[in-house]
Amino acid sequence: MADHLLKIRDLRLEGRADETWHPIVNGIDLDLGRGEVLGLIGESGAGKSTLGLAAMGFTRDGVRISGGTVEFDGIDLVNAPLAEKRRLLGKRIAYVAQSAAASFNPAHRIIDQHTEAPVQHGLMSERESEEDAMRLYERLRLPNPDEIGFRYPHQVSGGQLQRAMTAMAMSCRPDLIIFDEPTTALDVTTQIEVLAAIRDIVDQFGTAAIYITHDLAVVAQMADRIKVLLRGDEVEEAPTREMLESPQEDYTRSLWAVRSFERPEKPAPAADAVPVISVRGIDAAYGDTRVLHDVSFDIHEGRTVAVVGESGSGKSTTARCITGLLPPVKGTIRLEGEDLPPDYRRRSKDQLRQVQMIYQMADTALNPRKTVGEILGRPIEFYMGLRGRERRRRVEQLLDEIELPASQFIDRLPSELSGGQKQRVGIARALAAEPRFIICDEVTSALDQLVAEGILKLLARLQDERKLSYMFITHDLATVRAIADEVVVMKDGEVVEQGDKRQMFTPPHHPYTDLLLSSVPEMDPDWLTTLLEERGRENLGDAAIDRMNG
Amino acid sequence: MNVWLWALAALATLLLAAYALRAAGRAATAGAPAFRDMTFAVAFGYVLAAAALAGGVWLWVQPGAVFFRWAVQFFAMATAAAFLFRLAGRHVGTEATRKAFRQMPLTAAFGLLTILLYAVTAIFADILAPYGQSEVVGAVNMLPGGDPATGGDPAHPLGTDQIGRDLMSRLIYGAQNTVGIAFATTCIAFFLGGSLGFLAATIGGWLDNLLARAVDVLMAIPSLIFALLLMTIASAWAGNQQWQLTLYMVIIIAVIDSTRVFRLARAVGQSIVVMDYIEAAKLRGEGLGYLIFREILPNATAPLLAEFGLRFCFVFLTIAALSFLGVGIQPPLADWGTMVRDLAQFINFAAFSPLAAALPLMAAGAIALLTVAVNFVVDWMLHRSSGLKD
Repeated sequence: MADHLLKIRDLRLEGRADETWHPIVNGIDLDLGRGEVLGLIGESGAGKSTLGLAAMGFTRDGVRISGGTVEFDGIDLVNAPLAEKRRLLGKRIAYVAQSAAASFNPAHRIIDQHTEAPVQHGLMSERESEEDAMRLYERLRLPNPDEIGFRYPHQVSGGQLQRAMTAMAMSCRPDLIIFDEPTTALDVTTQIEVLAAIRDIVDQFGTAAIYITHDLAVVAQMADRIKVLLRGDEVEEAPTREMLESPQEDYTRSLWAVRSFERPEKPAPAADAVPVISVRGIDAAYGDTRVLHDVSFDIHEGRTVAVVGESGSGKSTTARCITGLLPPVKGTIRLEGEDLPPDYRRRSKDQLRQVQMIYQMADTALNPRKTVGEILGRPIEFYMGLRGRERRRRVEQLLDEIELPASQFIDRLPSELSGGQKQRVGIARALAAEPRFIICDEVTSALDQLVAEGILKLLARLQDERKLSYMFITHDLATVRAIADEVVVMKDGEVVEQGDKRQMFTPPHHPYTDLLLSSVPEMDPDWLTTLLEERGRENLGDAAIDRMNG
Repeated sequence: MNVWLWALAALATLLLAAYALRAAGRAATAGAPAFRDMTFAVAFGYVLAAAALAGGVWLWVQPGAVFFRWAVQFFAMATAAAFLFRLAGRHVGTEATRKAFRQMPLTAAFGLLTILLYAVTAIFADILAPYGQSEVVGAVNMLPGGDPATGGDPAHPLGTDQIGRDLMSRLIYGAQNTVGIAFATTCIAFFLGGSLGFLAATIGGWLDNLLARAVDVLMAIPSLIFALLLMTIASAWAGNQQWQLTLYMVIIIAVIDSTRVFRLARAVGQSIVVMDYIEAAKLRGEGLGYLIFREILPNATAPLLAEFGLRFCFVFLTIAALSFLGVGIQPPLADWGTMVRDLAQFINFAAFSPLAAALPLMAAGAIALLTVAVNFVVDWMLHRSSGLKD
């Protein structure tokens, strides 16, 4: 049966928790032909990673295959002896994990890890494998392909490491590669390079692939067919174009609709209005390293200013200056026209109360040993002096506002909440202080799209009800489009462009803004092809990207 | 040379047996995954365990292996007691404790039971002990067993010491003195080391540097020798007041051991203070006390509690060692370390009279048993706290 490389029938997977087995995947069928790319999408917890690993005949500790078959090129992977699986894995089936930084061994050079599989499987000598690695690096358009492999993993950037990992998966020219969210942790501009590299190399070698992601726009570029999963069940499967044009199921349509959320435009603030927060020409430095240079912008009442840029552009540092954690070297920050002391320890209780923050990782932003009631109760007690029953009533009101039923959630610990619920509690903690201004630091980037949309809608509603001002730090331009009134584009610690949203999304742009905007994946399956062609034509390809990355 | 040849032959036999076991298993089960995917090392492990078991049985029937038989009997009894204790725990108590007992390994149940028994003994020593701890009640050096035929006395089931004090009473009072003082010392060490460690982690900067370097200096000196040195100085100050000397000992050991606690508390604290919820609390304007006790401490309890168990063992052993050397808990107070020293020469009779050798071993065994028990419980708690994070 040469037309089917991988054939999964009625596969059931179970995971162990609290001393019983819970189903993770309930009877999935999957077929994959040679050279075909299948996209697996779903929210977190849909079982897509577990399914991806099971396609290699492998399960993590505490997970078991409870039924069904996995057949790879006629070999039954579920019942194959360990020795036979060892001969297949790495050689004919390879795996690319989400975080290359966590998957490379930091103690060995990249190329030594690359050559391990081909040498182990007896395909090449070490020397041949090294040369092959350099050719692969060149093909994946890594800079200095002859030299980069001899570095240690921490000496190359995240995007480069992810490409090196793809090269490593290719080292034995496998028939099948499983990509488990390979670009989720990357910036949009880096993501494009990795996507292009992966697609290129998969095409060239005719490798079949399973591409796991929660980003629809990404999967649209990569996959021939898309399979949608929801809590371990298949929702639907169809060729990419068909799936994008006419999704059959409600759940799929709801996934597709996420990106359509957009707020009506607000009138511009009056010319003489005093901004809630005014950042005036600040410079900041970590030790002797300047990280911000002459950053200025205003945030008016009831408006959202999105600060965008790739990682290292100084977005979060600006937030640290406003909160006073990193006193700026130069410049001032004004709250409603009054100068704020640069160090948070010198600010009054009331000044501290007015500026609140919501964090990217809700996991580390909530004390894991405190219940929701305690987490929200503390700022109420601290700022408003409410105690006992009054405090509890206020906590219940807050939980109501973030749409979590108080009776269920008030005594829970953060570990008993989902990612979206944790983020809502984070929002409630900021609200508890009754601030004028909230800094939202990448609040949705760790969340699934559906959940993220819920959070954005909640933030928008709260803003309208309470005339809050937001500074919204993000690298996702879809989020900007959804929620921002004004946009500040930052690069290398400087503001390269700022203005209201409509102005920002209509050309002409600063070249960096243009690069950012054009790098946001679109749902059109031809988007990546067209974009790469355009960039090639305008000579704004790799050279330009490298130049932009400094 | 002959010995080496024998060892080599035994190893070769084991290797062959392992290979045969795996091959036989594969043939008998027609390639069931358990035998099919078994590595040679695992097969060798099975064979080695079987060989050790056979060796144990052989040793058991040897007439001279008295201590081995005692050890096996004790092991069997301890296992049974731990099993019953765990069974009882699963059916008595609140839902939370019953759940804890359901997931508890047998070692932890044994550890808990032992610690519980020690605590009861220490607290009710006055009621439990048949005689006073310094009371001379009978003939000297009576052997344990309570059988007059072997040199014992039914009134003193564990025998008497070199000046005729009842050993059972002294062991019971020893629990009070040695364990009580060790517990107090560990608490002081934790209070000192823990609060300074969290302070250093939270404030950082020069205070952190100063404290950490001071601790480095203290840790650079071997702890037992340092304690001996300080105890010698302290004994000059204490004069004839025995309780003063004991107090000095508690303070000296607490300070020396607090350096280890400081290291741990500082390391744990440093990984907690970088969390966003600490930043949020700082930006709220919270004070130092709130940060340390309400935000950091609750997240550091698991590693600190585990360290408390280990530290308690070390403190306990240090006190026993100091007492053994003569500068620790002073006579006539009963203390296990002193008891081991006083009766140590009886070890020499082990070959002729196992009962005589048991005299110093009872106190030594009491020390060893508590140390092992505490470590079992600590292992379990560490496993639980790390398991909760997954």
